[in-house]
Amino acid sequence: MHLLVCGGTSCRASESALIAESLKRELEEKGLGNEVQVIMTGCFGLCEKGPVVKVMPDNAFYVQVKPEDAAVIVAEHVIKGKPVKRLLYVNPSTGEHVSGSGLMGSYRKQIRIALRNCGSINPENINEYIAREGYAAIGKCVTEYTAADVIDVIKNSGLRGRGGAGFPTGLKWEIASKNQADQKYVVCNADEGDPGAFMDRSVLEGDPHSVLEAMAICGYAIGATKGLIYIRAEYPLAIQRLKIAIGQARDYGLLGNNILGSDFSFDIDLRYGAGAFVCGEETALIHSMEGMRGEPTNKPPFPAESGFMGKPSNVNNVETFASVPVIINKGWEWFSSIGTEKSKGTKVFALAGKINNVGLIEVPMGITLREIIFEIGGGIKNGKKFKAVQTGGPSGGCLTEHHLDTPIDFDNLVAAGSMMGSGGMIVMDEDDCMVSIAKFFLEFTVEESCGKCTPCRIGNKRIYELLTYITKGNGTLADLDRLRNMCHVIKDTSLCGLGQTSPNPVLSTMDNFMDEYIAHVTEKRCPAGSCRDLMKYTIIEEKCVGCTACARGCPVNAISGERKEPHFIDQEKCIKCGACFERCKFGAVLIN
Amino acid sequence: MSSIKIELRKEDVDKINEICDSFGNEQSELINVLHKTQEHFGYLPAEIQEAIASKLNIPVAQVYGVVTFYSFFTMTPKGRHPISICMGTACYVRGAEKVLDEFKKELSLQVGQTTPDGKFSLSSLRCVGACGLAPVVLIGEKTYGRVAPDDVQDILKEYQ
Ligand SMILES: Cc1cc2nc3c(=O)[nH]c(=O)nc-3n(C[C@H](O)[C@H](O)[C@H](O)COP(=O)(O)O)c2cc1C
Ligand code: SF4
Ligand code: SF4
Ligand code: SF4
Ligand code: FES
Ligand code: FES
Repeated sequence: MHLLVCGGTSCRASESALIAESLKRELEEKGLGNEVQVIMTGCFGLCEKGPVVKVMPDNAFYVQVKPEDAAVIVAEHVIKGKPVKRLLYVNPSTGEHVSGSGLMGSYRKQIRIALRNCGSINPENINEYIAREGYAAIGKCVTEYTAADVIDVIKNSGLRGRGGAGFPTGLKWEIASKNQADQKYVVCNADEGDPGAFMDRSVLEGDPHSVLEAMAICGYAIGATKGLIYIRAEYPLAIQRLKIAIGQARDYGLLGNNILGSDFSFDIDLRYGAGAFVCGEETALIHSMEGMRGEPTNKPPFPAESGFMGKPSNVNNVETFASVPVIINKGWEWFSSIGTEKSKGTKVFALAGKINNVGLIEVPMGITLREIIFEIGGGIKNGKKFKAVQTGGPSGGCLTEHHLDTPIDFDNLVAAGSMMGSGGMIVMDEDDCMVSIAKFFLEFTVEESCGKCTPCRIGNKRIYELLTYITKGNGTLADLDRLRNMCHVIKDTSLCGLGQTSPNPVLSTMDNFMDEYIAHVTEKRCPAGSCRDLMKYTIIEEKCVGCTACARGCPVNAISGERKEPHFIDQEKCIKCGACFERCKFGAVLIN
Repeated sequence: MSSIKIELRKEDVDKINEICDSFGNEQSELINVLHKTQEHFGYLPAEIQEAIASKLNIPVAQVYGVVTFYSFFTMTPKGRHPISICMGTACYVRGAEKVLDEFKKELSLQVGQTTPDGKFSLSSLRCVGACGLAPVVLIGEKTYGRVAPDDVQDILKEYQ
């Protein structure tokens, strides 16, 4: 029997390490220390319900476990074989406790390829990876395949880059393989700068070996002997697990000279980022790895021609790599049978925001938004109404209820005015103001623009200012036209992908929610009731009993009225602090 | 560069030189050198940057350019209890801004500042990977999840 304790970032933040310790202690006390293993895994994908403990082979999922629960799990489940009902996952639609991950709505529609081992193996033990066909793919490559064969398999599989743009991976490898040089590099992009996304980090935390193995396969295919992983220094757990994994792989002869006795040699080092979104862009990333400011440069030359230290370099995303070993093991035919015509395989999304089941999901391309949000995600939090979902982070756009039944793949998302991006998927409900959301992303862009080119450096600032005016009720209809024009200029004239996509959140919210923009500028009203400066506090005469509580709490003396008489708010004076609303016990203060 | 003037002691300079040596004094290792140095000193004031520049034999402007480019590097010391509020998208839509405002109000601090007694500093970051617990606040190594503005006073009390 195994007890798997989630060691992903979210569960660790709610003390899952303590749970693991308590379980171990309980088992020791009962003399079961040797028979039952406690293993810290990567994210199970059910972060909302964390910390999560899974009992294998019974497949029982315990959610929101506390360290104190360790005793009952050991006493009841481990010893008597009776699952602890109160800790089992509850199906939100039926209200029943369920056991067995196959039964859970969250898992049913998922196909786990990149996440195949996340939550199932101990990421700090290479033997568990090997037990699940780990390093079999690199073995197959160096013994049975030529470099060209490997490239053919990847090309035929239809795998496209998961870092955002969706460039065909096999083609990229082919280009890099044809460029001759004394040294080539395989680079793994683990920068993951999209705010609100944690897919790549979770793969590295939960299954680091799959990325290492894939990088070696890529090295074999393109003729490189060195690999570099560019990862943020802010991801200490992922870094620690990568270091352990690299050490173990070297000890097993799976990295280093003459891998598995072949004449192929390959080794991997880590390079640390320091918190700059633009460094996720591949040319900027390369400059950053060279110790410089991470400023993008014009393409061409592409990294495949002149990359790290001027040598041909193949840059791929973490999730792209994580899919590679399975494709080699199971064959391209299998992989290309999943997904849509032009987007094969699966995509990992970090589903978050106003949704019941926040977590990491992996779904086949072509699934609909409706399935993701209402089946896997368990619907909108607190029974509110679905409004929109943002994909592609600050480079993407929003999808609305009109898109609920559109099959999700690279091309359909672009056609809908958004993009796949790296996989952040933020769900918004009726209380979210779309102008504020656009402003939120632009604030991010302004902070993260590297400043190299004018349209992005200055233009985004102007857009941000205009959005601020609008949310404060100072915008005009003419500003909306100006906004749209500026967005197009920035898109057309910026040097790198950051500037070329930064206006997308504005354009997409304007396309889908123009009525909200118009309400802000013409009626000075925020339909979602979220823009503070546009809130209006009034007192309903019929409900007011004249208790004076509100007037005494108002910091600017904006409320007048005699005791036992209806009170009145002077709109000129009111600073919209909300104190009156909180103080009124009679529900007489109205916000709109 | 920065308003804080410090005097580097001999052992500080030795430490900086030792870090640079451990990376072979390679200019391309500048970012790694800065990571290690910040890990040791807690921040990277002008004087430290000058010492690194002279050891690696590069212009101070280049070091400064890199330090100011990356948000992870800081030129001002953090408080003993550094407070970081996650302003990633998931936390934002679940009300992180109101939580941040509450911290600002309670501590009379702006983002990027440290209290005069050096106890708290306030910063924002983007997604700590715990979106399931949004909104998320980090104080030192400790993570607080599902923080509401009303919780802020109680949280701060833990550090009295
Ligand atoms: C502003 C910007 C940020 C990016 N951030 C990332 C990132 O965090 N992770 C990533 O894999 N790709 C990112 N990319 C895409 C990379 O430039 C590159 O296309 C990708 O790493 C290639 O890998 P793939 O083909 O496997 O997707 C970013 C691009 C831009 C323009
Ligand atoms: S578009 Fe923005 S981020 Fe990209 S190079 Fe220009 S200023 Fe820098
Ligand atoms: S919102 Fe604040 S300022 Fe306005 S009337 Fe109420 S208490 Fe006074
Ligand atoms: S607190 Fe409510 S009931 Fe009392 S005076 Fe104000 S509005 Fe009227
Ligand atoms: S971190 Fe534990 S389920 Fe995601
Ligand atoms: S957005 Fe705050 S933890 Fe992800």
